[in-house]
Parts: sequence; C-alpha cells; structure tokens
Amino acid sequence: MSAATAPPAKRSFANSLRPATHLFHRNWLVYKRIWYRSLFFGFLQPFMFLAAMGLGIGGLLARTNPGAFGSVGYISFLGPGLLGATVMQTASFESTYPIMNKIMWGRNYEAILASPLSTRNVVIGELAWIGFRIASISTIFLGVLAIFGITRSPLALLAIPVATLMGLGFSSCLIAFAATQTNDIGFSWVYRFLINPLFLFSGTFFPLTQMPQPVQVAAWMTPLFHGVRLIRGLILGTLDLRAAPWHLGYLLAFFAIGLILADRSLARRLAS
Amino acid sequence: MPGFPGDALVRARKLTKRFGSFTAVDAIDFDVRPAEAFGFLGPNGAGKTSTMRMIACASPVTDGELTVIGMNPASQAREIKARLGVVPQIDNLDTELTVRENLEMYARYFDIPGSVARSRANELLEFVQLHERANDQVEPLSGGMKRRLTIARALINEPELVIFDEPTTGLDPQARHLLWDRLYRLKQRGATLIITTHYMEEAEQLCDRLVVMDKARIVAEGSPLELIERYSTREVLELRFGDAERASLDGRLDGLAQRVEVLPDRTLLYTDDGEKALDEVHRRNIQVQSALVRRSSLEDVFLSLTGRSLVE
Repeated sequence: MSAATAPPAKRSFANSLRPATHLFHRNWLVYKRIWYRSLFFGFLQPFMFLAAMGLGIGGLLARTNPGAFGSVGYISFLGPGLLGATVMQTASFESTYPIMNKIMWGRNYEAILASPLSTRNVVIGELAWIGFRIASISTIFLGVLAIFGITRSPLALLAIPVATLMGLGFSSCLIAFAATQTNDIGFSWVYRFLINPLFLFSGTFFPLTQMPQPVQVAAWMTPLFHGVRLIRGLILGTLDLRAAPWHLGYLLAFFAIGLILADRSLARRLAS
Repeated sequence: MPGFPGDALVRARKLTKRFGSFTAVDAIDFDVRPAEAFGFLGPNGAGKTSTMRMIACASPVTDGELTVIGMNPASQAREIKARLGVVPQIDNLDTELTVRENLEMYARYFDIPGSVARSRANELLEFVQLHERANDQVEPLSGGMKRRLTIARALINEPELVIFDEPTTGLDPQARHLLWDRLYRLKQRGATLIITTHYMEEAEQLCDRLVVMDKARIVAEGSPLELIERYSTREVLELRFGDAERASLDGRLDGLAQRVEVLPDRTLLYTDDGEKALDEVHRRNIQVQSALVRRSSLEDVFLSLTGRSLVE
C-alpha cells in the first residue's frame, strides 16, 4: 500500500500521550542542571514561612487568644493552606512566562510543531511536566509539615495528588490565557487581580468566617478555597466526608475545562 | 516511488490561504518534482511564507488542493511531518540546550532511537562544520552558525523534502556562501528542496525551477534561464545621470533598447547588446555619470513582470 492510500492516524487522547512524553523529556533535560537548587528552595521557602508565621504569629495568638484555632494551633491551620497557595503560585508562574517564551520569544513550539508533534501533544506534555514539578514541590512541603509535627493522618499523602490536581487546573487555564497574549502585560494583571487576592482571601492565613459574607461567598467560588479545604482536611485528619466529593468535583471540573481551553487556545495561536 | 499524482512531491491546485478578509495566497498552482530545487521568489508579503507553512502542515489550507509526499496535510500532518525538514525564517533553536542536545532532542520528537540520533548528530555536525562546538551553548554562536545548526536539525530525520524559508536573510556574504555550498551538496545527495527567497542571486544559484510570486499570486514559472529569456533581454545597460541631464532626457533614449525602465536611482536599458547601446548613448551626446553593461538577472524578470524591485 502506498503512502497515498494510508489511512489517517486516529487523533485520540491516548495517541497524544507518547509524543507528549518527548516534551516532558525536553523539560527534564533543562531542569536536571538545576534540580538540587530548585529542591533546596522548595524546602527552604516553607521552612522559613512556617517558622516565622507559624511559630512567631502563632505563638503570639496562642497567648492572646488561646483556642482560636482549636487544639491544633495556628501553625497547623497555616501549614496546609500555605501548601495549597504555594502550589497555585508555582503552577501559575510555570504556565505564564515560560509558555509565552516558548510561543513567541524563543519560538520553541514552532520548532517542535515542525516535527510530528501536534499542539495537543504540546499541551499534554507541558501539563505533565508542570504536574511533576508541583507534585515534587508538594512532597517536599509535606515533609516540612511533618518536621513541624503538623501532619496528623496517613491520609496526608493524598494531599499531594489533590494539590497537583488543583495546580493543573490553574496551569491549564493560564496556558490557555498565555496563548492569547502578545506581550506579558496581561500576566501582571493576572497576578495582581487573581493570584494575589486568592493567596490572601482563600482561607490560607485565617478562617474565612472572619470575613464579611460577600467575601466568603466570593472565596467559596474559587478553586484555591476548595483545594485548601481538601488539603487541610487530609493533612489534619479533619476531612468533612460530605463536603469532600464536592470539593474534588470542583477541582476536576476546573482542570477539565482548563484542558479543553488550553488545547483550543494553543491550536488557534500556533496552527492557524 | 509510485503513487504521487503526476510524480510531483508537492502538488498544489488553486491553493488558497485567507486570514479573515485578507488573502495571503490566492489560488496558486505548482508542482515540485522529486530531487529538484524549487524556488519561490518574491518580495516580502508576496505569500511565500504562508505557502511554506501550508506545505509544512503548520497552517491549514483555506481552499483548493494540496498534496505533500502523496498525502493530505489536513488528515495526515503527523505522517507528512515525519518525512519533512523545515528551516524557518527566524531561528528557533532551543537556547536552553547545547548544540548537540538540540539535535538529539529534536531526533526524539521523531521517535528516532538514541543510538541512531547520536550517530546522525555527529554526521550532521560534521556536515555543517559545527563539530567543534558540539557541547557549547547555542546563544554565543554567530548568525551563520545558528543557521547551519538549524539546517542540521532539519535533516535529523533524513527528510525527503526540505523546506528553507529565506535561508540566508540577515547573513553576511561569507556565511551566505558557506550556506549555499551546504544546500548545493544536499541537492547533490538527491534531496528535494523548496527555497523561498527575495534574493535573486540565491534563486539563480540554487533553483532548478522557480515560481515568481507577487501579491499572493504566481506571476511566472520556469527555470532561471527560461524566465530570463522569456521576460528579459540578454543584457542590461545600467545608466546613472546627473540631475540636470535626467530632467532633459525626454525621448532621447527612444529606440536605444527593447525596453527602458526608469528607477529612482538609475535607468535600465534592456537590449541584447549592451555595448552597442552604450556607443549609441555616447553618439547621441547624452551625459552619463556612470554606465554598466551586465547580463540580465531574475531581478530584471521581476521588474518586468511587476514594475517593482524585489528588495525595496
């Protein structure tokens, strides 16, 4: 049979996976030169945060307002929330400037798309890589929490896939956004008006019940809120089993929508 | 290899590319035959790059037919791209990888096994004379070296068809000649090349056949020699005048040549005997600042077809 009559290859999701691993490998090739540095800061950052805020502010709270955070104390409330917020920030950074670089400054994707890879392979490969990065950051973070004696349940290990799922939701949505941008000004808006407010108002540093009703409702609609609820419940062993499926469902839907948007957005940008 | 319609490696019929209401490529027909070097010559914005992107499966066809290596880019992009090499207009090497890693990583995108990739990378680095820089970073390489590395990368999958989009734009003459030499050797090995360029010299040196593109359409097709014979004269007399003489030229050049082209900086007289025309200019007592007799080039073909120069 000649090439002219060969049937077209199926464009199934499964067929997109193998070529996508090449992109993962490419990112690993670059990352392996700095992995120890990256892991060291991945350890240092939460360690300092928990020492300063957990022991410092937490110590103060314990004296002025004992029992405000129940028997666990402030540091145990803060730790899991900070894990979620850190994953969100890392996922966001990895999905904005580096992606824009590969689209237009370094034009890596143009080169990659001239090989047999498709934009869908690229999306899956990048998300797999970012998923790996945030999973490793979550693991280190969890180790730091264990050092501080914050982890109280073996279910804490499940916080890693949950945090990764949440991070991938942010990542896929921001890749979709990055592919529509022609300069990086849009990113500073995303950080100022989306990521930073989420960081502050999603139940990371204090319980949302401290806030007026509208802020609570707004926070309830954000992915970080649902992610942090799950992560905190798993790490502290206080998981609300009735609410958990809804939190998880939210995160799954967030990622699914992001995945579709990223796939379309990158194809529109790079294959038009 | 059987199975190609009309034995063309690339076949386009009424091929069209539109972006919204803008037509970048307007119903063009062409055939690229196996083992030839086929050129697209035209000014910037003529539609050359859009045509290349459609052939390379990087941009969907809006209308018309396109067959690449016997396959349809709309449904068999992956299979086509596996057998294609692309050298883009702007370098897109991976600046986070070394010279060698650029080749070996690119091989992986084609599912080429590691041991094969390594030996091909060695051969190709030798071929583009970069073997001494194999372990260097990409960024400090000169423009010519980066181009050569991009060419080596495009050859990693041993493509049947290699597409060069403006291969020497922005290079100094020495780097350009080195690159031409490599392209020429590639052609000797039997590869089919598609080259876009707005340098007529490049088209004349490298292309067996070419099409001249202007404003999204093909305005002429043939070998460089055929095109020159068809659209120009054997020789050209280039004259430059002082401002006063220029102003009083009216009609005084009539009958000197088959065609006269007045450009802002010089006047071109198309004739089969330039020296004879120059004698006649002197006999008519026309004061010239400088005169040059040269052979006709593709630049003249383009000028005669469109009334404009290639590089503006």
